[in-house]
Amino acid sequence: MGEALLMQGNEACVRGAIRAGMRFFAGYPITPSTEIAELASLMLPKYNGKFIQMEDEISSMAAVIGASLCGLKAMTATSGPGFSLKQENIGYASMTEIPCVVVDVMRGGPSTGLPTCVSQGDVMQSRWGTHGDHPVIVIAPSTVKDIYYMTIKAFNYSERYRIPVILLLDEVNAHMRESVVIENDVEIWDRKRPLTRENHKPYAADEDGVPPMGEFGKGYRFHVTGLVHDETGHPTNSSEEAEKLIRRLHYKLEKSRDDIVIYEKFKTERCRTLIIAFGSVARVCKDVICQINDDSIGLFIPYTIWPFPDKELLSLIQKNRIERIYVPELNTGQMILEVQRIVFGRCEVLGINKYSGELITPTEIIKCLRRG
Amino acid sequence: MRIELLNKYFKMDQLPHIWCPGCGNGIALGAAVEAIDNSTMDKDKICIVSGIGCSSRASGYLNFDSLHTTHGRAIAFATGIKLANPELNVIVITGDGDCTAIGGNHLIHGCRRNIDINVLVFNNNIYGMTGGQYSPTTPRNARTSTSRQGTVERQFDICKLSENAGATYVARGTVFHYKHLIGLIEGAFKNKGFSIVEILTPCPIQFGRRNKTPEPADMMRLLKNSTSFSDDGKTKIGVFRDEKEPEFVSEYIKLLSNEGDISV
Repeated sequence: MGEALLMQGNEACVRGAIRAGMRFFAGYPITPSTEIAELASLMLPKYNGKFIQMEDEISSMAAVIGASLCGLKAMTATSGPGFSLKQENIGYASMTEIPCVVVDVMRGGPSTGLPTCVSQGDVMQSRWGTHGDHPVIVIAPSTVKDIYYMTIKAFNYSERYRIPVILLLDEVNAHMRESVVIENDVEIWDRKRPLTRENHKPYAADEDGVPPMGEFGKGYRFHVTGLVHDETGHPTNSSEEAEKLIRRLHYKLEKSRDDIVIYEKFKTERCRTLIIAFGSVARVCKDVICQINDDSIGLFIPYTIWPFPDKELLSLIQKNRIERIYVPELNTGQMILEVQRIVFGRCEVLGINKYSGELITPTEIIKCLRRG
Repeated sequence: MRIELLNKYFKMDQLPHIWCPGCGNGIALGAAVEAIDNSTMDKDKICIVSGIGCSSRASGYLNFDSLHTTHGRAIAFATGIKLANPELNVIVITGDGDCTAIGGNHLIHGCRRNIDINVLVFNNNIYGMTGGQYSPTTPRNARTSTSRQGTVERQFDICKLSENAGATYVARGTVFHYKHLIGLIEGAFKNKGFSIVEILTPCPIQFGRRNKTPEPADMMRLLKNSTSFSDDGKTKIGVFRDEKEPEFVSEYIKLLSNEGDISV
């Protein structure tokens, strides 16, 4: 067991990122994510890493992608309105398969909304914010400890699958302070490198659907474009190549889906009623489960909300013959749509929604459960 | 452009290019390649970054590391690249719409930082790829597909804009004055700081046809007659600024150390 440190959620994110090997951060100030940029600016130079405060969120995302192409693990952090601006280049990273981590600390919206208040309104933006068909991984930690270790996971996934990974925090867990035990052994993954520079085809994928990635300035002399491209990286109008590329972008995640999804079942052994919650609401629900001390109610926490642990949820529903599911979220009902898709009428699915900018309390949830 | 440079620096399998007959982009790119060939830069350490538009397709034709980015964002991507790997010689190829409209904010902040990037703006005064809409550099009264009765808006002077925003090397040339243009680009490469060369280049198809200069030769003649090396009221070409000032990346890396505790 390693050392226990008291830290804020945003701080855990930066420390986890540096532990994962982050050596580049570009950002733009925005509440409630700003501490991430502040701490990155302070810490990175001590690790020979680079920090830059760009002129806006669009350019921060661009700079992160540029740095990643030079071989550095790179991250940016923002919140609602800034997350909207980053979408353009998140799509670019997705299409060009450039690893990067994007932190979105959710706050009340739409628009400028409630800058200092909590929300979970970006569930769908994190999945579909950028245009076009694209795969994405979105990880939503619940506690400060989760944030530390799941930031590392976010880097690992982005490196292994060459994909932008969204780390979805919220104002509550980002600003909360908790102790985190820093384990000595942590698994760190790096991107695959091409074996040779000869006849380098930057988008020729291995069996896992992921092409090894060269870096700029090492003699590969390769081209990267957001246009549909073939294995050489050059643009093509071939409908065959277009379909092949889009299929592979999705395939690489589908193939490794079981290695990617993260979830937790909490006291679900005998439950017939299930609560499904993520982020800071999940910890509220843990408290609910402990308070009511009734083994007919259990909790399912998806940590990868995209891809959602659908197989795992479905098998729990079938095994336990779940009769009713509650989905508490700090929005008007976003994750519940995915839950309904999976449940497909097998049982009742009810939302518990709060969008006042305040965290939902255990009492409020218990009231809903008792109301039936 | 000297013919031997074609095999040396171009990806022949990516040619022919997409540019229309009479377009000046090929000449502008040729001048850039001659300047690269004349320079002592390690060719494996050159990185071409472009945005979106006709000129930005240039990056895919050259045999260097190259990044064809999103519309207007080339300088922002280039900033990340240069800061991540200061050894790289970063050349941005962009157009007037890409660089001064959608990318205007990144341009002025690149200038302000004085980051060591070389920006070549192929200025044809029009959005060519989308069919000839007016850009921030379209002259007043010029007819375009979104200003059929003449452009009402005023135009940017890219050089004045960049100079006042803090760029340390600022020059303007034309594809008519080819040898002069090569020299200007070489000057940009030599400056350790933000360098910008505005390259005036004709677009007979989208601009000329609507503005009584449909022939490529007419447009080249216009470039010759409307520009001057001296202050005589014509569009001036030459170097407007070439000064040394602290460069962002070399200043930033002075802060770096290896003192961080590895078990964060």
